[in-house]
Amino acid sequence: MRTAFLIGLLAPLTLTPLHAQEQSDPPWEAADGVYGPEAMREARSRVQNENGDIRYGLAMIDRLEWQDTEGDGTLVWDVQGYYGGDINKVWVKSEGDYSLTDDEVEEAEVQLLYSRAIFPYFDLQTGIRQDLEPDGLSHAVLGIQGLAPYWFETDAALFLSEEGDLTGRMEAEVEWFLTQRLILQPRLEAGLSAQSIEERDLGAGLTDVSLGARLRYEVKRSFAPYVGAEWRSRFGETADLQERLGLETDEVVVVAGLRAWF
Amino acid sequence: MLNRRHFIGTAATALAAQSLLPAWAQSGRQGNRGLDPLTRNQFDLTIGRTPVRIDGRAGHAVTVNDTLPAPLIRMQEGEDIVLRVTNTLDEWSSIHWHGLLVPASMDGVPGVSFPGIAPRSTFEYRFPLKQAGTYWYHSHSAFQEQLGLYGPLVIDPARTEAQSYDREFVIVLSDWTFADPHRLFAQLKKMGDTLNYQKRTAADLAADAREDGLGAALGNRAMWGRMRMMPTDLADVNGAQYTYLVNGHGPDDDWTGLFEPGERVRLRIINASAMSIFNVRIPGLPMTVINAHGLDVRPVTFEEFQIGTAETYDVIVEPKDRAYRLVAASIDSSGQALATLTPRLGETAEAPPLRPRPLLTMKDMGMSSMMASDMATPAEPGMEGQGHALTYPETGEPGGTMAGMGMDHGDMTMADHHHPMGAGVANVAMNPVSRLHEPGLGLERVPHRTLSYAQLRSLRPNTDRRPTEREVEIHLTSNMERYMWSFDGVKFSEVEESIKFYEGERVRLTLVNDTMMPHPIHLHGMFFDLVIPDYDEDEDGERYLPGLHTILTKPGEKLSVDITPPERGDWAFHCHLLYHMHAGMMQVVSVLPRDDRPPLSEIGAGPPQATHPAETPVKHDMDHGEHGGTH
Repeated sequence: MRTAFLIGLLAPLTLTPLHAQEQSDPPWEAADGVYGPEAMREARSRVQNENGDIRYGLAMIDRLEWQDTEGDGTLVWDVQGYYGGDINKVWVKSEGDYSLTDDEVEEAEVQLLYSRAIFPYFDLQTGIRQDLEPDGLSHAVLGIQGLAPYWFETDAALFLSEEGDLTGRMEAEVEWFLTQRLILQPRLEAGLSAQSIEERDLGAGLTDVSLGARLRYEVKRSFAPYVGAEWRSRFGETADLQERLGLETDEVVVVAGLRAWF
Repeated sequence: MLNRRHFIGTAATALAAQSLLPAWAQSGRQGNRGLDPLTRNQFDLTIGRTPVRIDGRAGHAVTVNDTLPAPLIRMQEGEDIVLRVTNTLDEWSSIHWHGLLVPASMDGVPGVSFPGIAPRSTFEYRFPLKQAGTYWYHSHSAFQEQLGLYGPLVIDPARTEAQSYDREFVIVLSDWTFADPHRLFAQLKKMGDTLNYQKRTAADLAADAREDGLGAALGNRAMWGRMRMMPTDLADVNGAQYTYLVNGHGPDDDWTGLFEPGERVRLRIINASAMSIFNVRIPGLPMTVINAHGLDVRPVTFEEFQIGTAETYDVIVEPKDRAYRLVAASIDSSGQALATLTPRLGETAEAPPLRPRPLLTMKDMGMSSMMASDMATPAEPGMEGQGHALTYPETGEPGGTMAGMGMDHGDMTMADHHHPMGAGVANVAMNPVSRLHEPGLGLERVPHRTLSYAQLRSLRPNTDRRPTEREVEIHLTSNMERYMWSFDGVKFSEVEESIKFYEGERVRLTLVNDTMMPHPIHLHGMFFDLVIPDYDEDEDGERYLPGLHTILTKPGEKLSVDITPPERGDWAFHCHLLYHMHAGMMQVVSVLPRDDRPPLSEIGAGPPQATHPAETPVKHDMDHGEHGGTH
């Protein structure tokens, strides 16, 4: 089951025209007669690669934060990074949380994605998500990430689990410059599920929403501590399930953390 | 107390600072009284790494003969020149002679005109000098130019100079960074706005709301936000990263030129920056341009002008018996290069404070006439200024003015976009216009005379007055969010065919700037005649279009140049903002034998004789009233 699932996942990667270059006529060749075709071919390929075909990588700690919910402490991480060129990239994303009160990792997941720039502001991303906690479930991922109008950084993805369950997640954040270094960042996250998944306490429909705001100070553009608050709520069937378990459906948390990238 | 260590340190610093500067670049304090008239025809140049001191801070530069900037190469028109260039680096290097008409194999662009200069090897450049004037030279390899490999090049005319002068100085403007340029570039790729410390903030919003009303201020923010553009994005790398230099001196080192009162002083101003466009002025001292891009022009006097990267302008000044400060402010007002011109050492003039940063407008998006059309009547002369006014929609409804786009442009010419779109092309100029009559971007409201391209006239009549037989249109394209830059949506790394010109033909090259930034576009190996829309010929029946090697195109601008390609070969064609070129804004123009030209029916016949028939020339005057300069 799992092998077939993984093969299905990787199939789109092999269809991608990563480099469908055939040997063709050189785009220009006047200097070949003076300096020799060999020397010029090497130099031509060097200058073309140097000017336009640049690979680079990003490692981004979007949130590394301590959260406080009425005395219960949690550490949350939300990190991502990529390596690649302008059009094709490999992304790695990970998020999860660790309960300081219970001294255990409550949720943890890692995504490995192939990303292709298909629109000026958006990348199409596909790959695999592996949950480490609370269970070792694998998902196929199809998502879109980019910059929406009005400067909203958005990341929306659908996850098809190996059990056949379809869920979704949408994140959006925006930056408001109070000064050149003091930045207010509202952030919205919402979860969706196509069906109820009892072992994960999820009902069908909109499952949960987090709405928060973080105020950060950019010591450098790439290094900024922040404080903030977040309101979280469960909805619909998910809220009913939560209530049946005797848990709160709404909570407000205070957060403090660090944003950094390099 | 002075201890021994301190003494040695100071002496070493003084010594280092001294040796780093070639004689022409030394300050008056170091004994420089003007240029050495000695010319030679053989030069030995060694490329290497040298520690430097900029405003007292230590850095590492890539240099020629251990100096920053590189030595002044002064030669005589008509001579046969030999330049032996030894590369001591562990990487490939090169030198390109910017603006010189040399055989293609001597032009010095690796991979285009020669293989490059291999690590630890020597390459000999040999060519005859067909021209005179002010030029410069720089590396065309990786980021070596940003790291210091640039120098001035002056060619004395075989005949006498058109203008007399008593003293001359070279003013080499450049941008120095202590950061690793590869790292800066990677940062721009990761977060294109990361180096912008002049974003619009809550305080700016409050100020705009007080001035224009809250609705208009919010509407303006919404408009820019919807397009994911920043009106403050005038320089990708700016004063937060750069120290701006005059002849290798930071503002604190204050390069000083000494003159005798009453003298006519020729300043050969060269913008040798990697990424910076400057607004140059000498408060209290008008400048008269006599030479642009190495070619003599009719004198025009002004108080301030904008100089694009890689451009050169020679100006004459006649200073009185007092000190002056030369100011070259970066286009986004994030920093300035400073120098002193004084009759006496120790005497200087106050440097003016940085002006408020300018803001881009709807016109810079290539939508200016569109806005005018929204104002009820179709575009007509004098409506330009009102187009500007709509930068801040009075309705307070951000959708209002934009919604009219795409329709209601009745008789206006819309730009054609034949090029691929894709992820690398985030915006196109819907209605690009001629902007040659405008001064540099951001100088629309300065209270004194400025220079525009349209004012330039060559001193000698144009030799080729044939009508152009065909037109080649190139769009400057970008996706600033991804920091992708290209011509016609194709990065240099993806180019599969060069642009074809044919020897001796008269071809019109039209550039359309679809991006939101100004680009100094440089074509190697030839000069182009700048087509000025409302100018055809003078009273004597001759035409005096200025010949340029680089043209600073404004955002949303469409302009044309006419070219008679003089020499066969492959010639680099690129944006002279180094990081834009590095991101892919480069192509090659192949000049092929005339006999190889396909029939015009296949490659397109010539343009209509008026440049842009549907447009009236933009009048530059104070009707830019609502321009965002103070916001």
